[in-house]
Amino acid sequence: MTQPISGFFESLQQKFGAQIQSMSAEREEEVYLLVGDSDVRALVEYLRTEFEARLVMVFAEDRRSADGVFFNYYVLERKGDPRYLIVRAPVRADHPAFPSLSAKLPAVNWQEREIQDWFGLKAVGHPNPRRVALHDNWPDVHPLRKDFPLETVLPPFEGERHIYRPALGEGVFQVPVGPVHAGTIEPGHFNFAVAGEPILYLQLRMFYTHKGTEKLFEKLTIPKAVFLAESISGDSSFSHGTAFCQAVERAAQMEVPLRALVVRTILLELERICNHVADIGAIATDVGFVVANAHASRLKEMLVGLNEKLTGNRLLRGMVCVGGVRRGWDAVQLVSLRAEIDAFASEFQDLVALIDSSESTRDRLEQTGLLRPEKAKDLGIVGVAGRASGVDLDVRRDHPYAAYGRYSFHVPVYQVGDVNHRMQVRVDEVKESLGIIRSAAEESLHGEFRAQIPPIPADRCALSAVEGWRGEIIHWIRTGPNNHLERCKIKDPSLSNWPALVEAVQGNIIADFPVINKSFNLSYSGTDR
Amino acid sequence: MFKILQKTIATGIVTTNYPNEPAQLSDRFRGRPHFDFEKWTDARPAAEVCPTGAISVCDESETRRVTIDYGLCIFCGLCAEASVDQAVQITQEFELASEGRRNLILTAEYTLNADGTHRQLAPVRKGSGNVEASVESVGQKAREKIHKLLRRSLAIRQVDAGSCNGCELEIIALNNPVYDLERFGIQFVASPRHADMILVTGPVTRNMELALLKTYQAMPEPRLVVAVGACGISGGIFGKNYASLGGVDNVLPVDVYIPGCPPRPQALLHGILLAVGRLRERLYDERTC
Repeated sequence: MTQPISGFFESLQQKFGAQIQSMSAEREEEVYLLVGDSDVRALVEYLRTEFEARLVMVFAEDRRSADGVFFNYYVLERKGDPRYLIVRAPVRADHPAFPSLSAKLPAVNWQEREIQDWFGLKAVGHPNPRRVALHDNWPDVHPLRKDFPLETVLPPFEGERHIYRPALGEGVFQVPVGPVHAGTIEPGHFNFAVAGEPILYLQLRMFYTHKGTEKLFEKLTIPKAVFLAESISGDSSFSHGTAFCQAVERAAQMEVPLRALVVRTILLELERICNHVADIGAIATDVGFVVANAHASRLKEMLVGLNEKLTGNRLLRGMVCVGGVRRGWDAVQLVSLRAEIDAFASEFQDLVALIDSSESTRDRLEQTGLLRPEKAKDLGIVGVAGRASGVDLDVRRDHPYAAYGRYSFHVPVYQVGDVNHRMQVRVDEVKESLGIIRSAAEESLHGEFRAQIPPIPADRCALSAVEGWRGEIIHWIRTGPNNHLERCKIKDPSLSNWPALVEAVQGNIIADFPVINKSFNLSYSGTDR
Repeated sequence: MFKILQKTIATGIVTTNYPNEPAQLSDRFRGRPHFDFEKWTDARPAAEVCPTGAISVCDESETRRVTIDYGLCIFCGLCAEASVDQAVQITQEFELASEGRRNLILTAEYTLNADGTHRQLAPVRKGSGNVEASVESVGQKAREKIHKLLRRSLAIRQVDAGSCNGCELEIIALNNPVYDLERFGIQFVASPRHADMILVTGPVTRNMELALLKTYQAMPEPRLVVAVGACGISGGIFGKNYASLGGVDNVLPVDVYIPGCPPRPQALLHGILLAVGRLRERLYDERTC
């Protein structure tokens, strides 16, 4: 993939013959490889071993009316190469099945099952082909097929509810929790198998908040869909909004003014800091250090207040738009930005010192909820959780977007993988983010902050990635006629990272589950869509 | 220990005085869009850009009915940008909670002009969308029905019935030292069996319908249901679809609706206080002095 595309294409053709059909670069950073059939096992294996590529995501598209087939897409990237390679593999409409990669690549386990549920394409050879994205009691429908109307009213669910795997043995019992939890958090079901206090095995049941988001994107006009993107995961409104707008901008091949890119960068980092500081406080709370959380939540409140001054909304909503941002900043906003960032920085230092001074807190966090680097790599863990377990990925550095190419920052990576290091990654990242914001706020912000949007041509595909505070957010779109989308695929980092939680809790006591869960702090809504 | 005390003393009191004093808002905060129905000559551009259909235009032969639904509004401000005649202004009002779904809806009827614009025909319906009036009536009802029973404490169980988590972030903020909900004797509890009120965010997904119902059924009487945010009130941008049932009142009887996307903590507090009738006293005091 580092070599010129033509040479790479020829070498693949020599190796795989007719399976490799054509290659095109829609943009510099996005290379599409069309293959002959749905069996990409050998190709993906070759790319992973020979080119050390990482499989970023797998998704499907219903193209029966235009091309007579479904397509599966396999998005790959490799270290040091800003391009994404996207393998497009047809799946026959009269034989809706494709060979599964999950046995070798557990990272795509849920994603392949999502394709099964939403498109009705069978993942042949999947080690656990049960439903995931539609619950077991749903009727036999495939909502992302084009012949399934969004507004379909389904009959009351009557099928069998999900049957959890039994945990057997003397003194072993199961503890069901959720979907309604004790705190103010999102819904999901956890089924713990415990032997005394230690957790043997955790089974997750997600998708309680599935609300048809990807299908709904196909109905809204593009400017309205920006607001839907902001509602994919409430704590990542700006990151998802930006990922979506970037995808549209790439499809329309439009330039976004530098001023807007700098503003986006600042706001993306503010969103990161807001969430990181809240998580640091929440981790402290979950081990009984409530005073630290009082300070952390006070600091978060400082920042959401700043968000409102800068954008008119505490969660940064209604700011990003296709072509840039909806509001410019003058001296008033920039002065508050600089002043509040300085005030925050010194308060944040105090908070970290306060937590560091508590040995009992550290004692609870160290070696708790371990996720070993090799497991993290196999499961395809991304973002904060990945970086705490040796997975050195950061979209800001690997595929620069917005104005990130203009600023230098360090990406913290640790090998230990316990709760303590997931907190440490956040502490380090807050400091780096403050540096990025300070550099960006020094730029002279003049000129246009919003470009005119040219007519968006139909049938253009574009991929966009953003390093949200949790990790890698990806949006992939195909434009349609009349300012609509044919398809919008969303991947929140949470979808990749839930299996990490399952791994990390094993052997820990059930009382430590809240703090382990909080150290990942995954989005249910982002997962379920 | 010394460090903790030192930091606490150095920080001082950070709790706001809301609702006894007005909320501190930034200049850019986007609250309720205000519609000058007299001045408004064309509602179509605003209706066209509205992401959730909160502004809708229905033309029938010579007349046009314009409907504004604050229960659908996500406070994006596009309507004000799109209206050329300055008839739509974004205000800083956020105390929009109401006991009736209908109170959040305004309608105006116009005579159509040949060029598609309109002129006013009938006045805005009274009693709808009038936040102050609704506050009073809710206050009275709540005072009579609930205040006696609950005295000065309220236990809330929060249920996320499918939200994006935005509303939850603001609900969590109610517990921070700045808003400090417990100063009102209000606390969040883990079990619906201990709860006087459920604070529900939505849209209610098909997958959460049963869990929401069971949570409600587990509550002792008397019980209050408060629907939070555009999605909790009406389904918001998600509306109704194969996976979403729309607003909470499609599943449970709702006592108070709190608009917002998400409602800011003070707006939540306002709605919660409204529900227990506490606010009436404050309004009463203000009016008499």
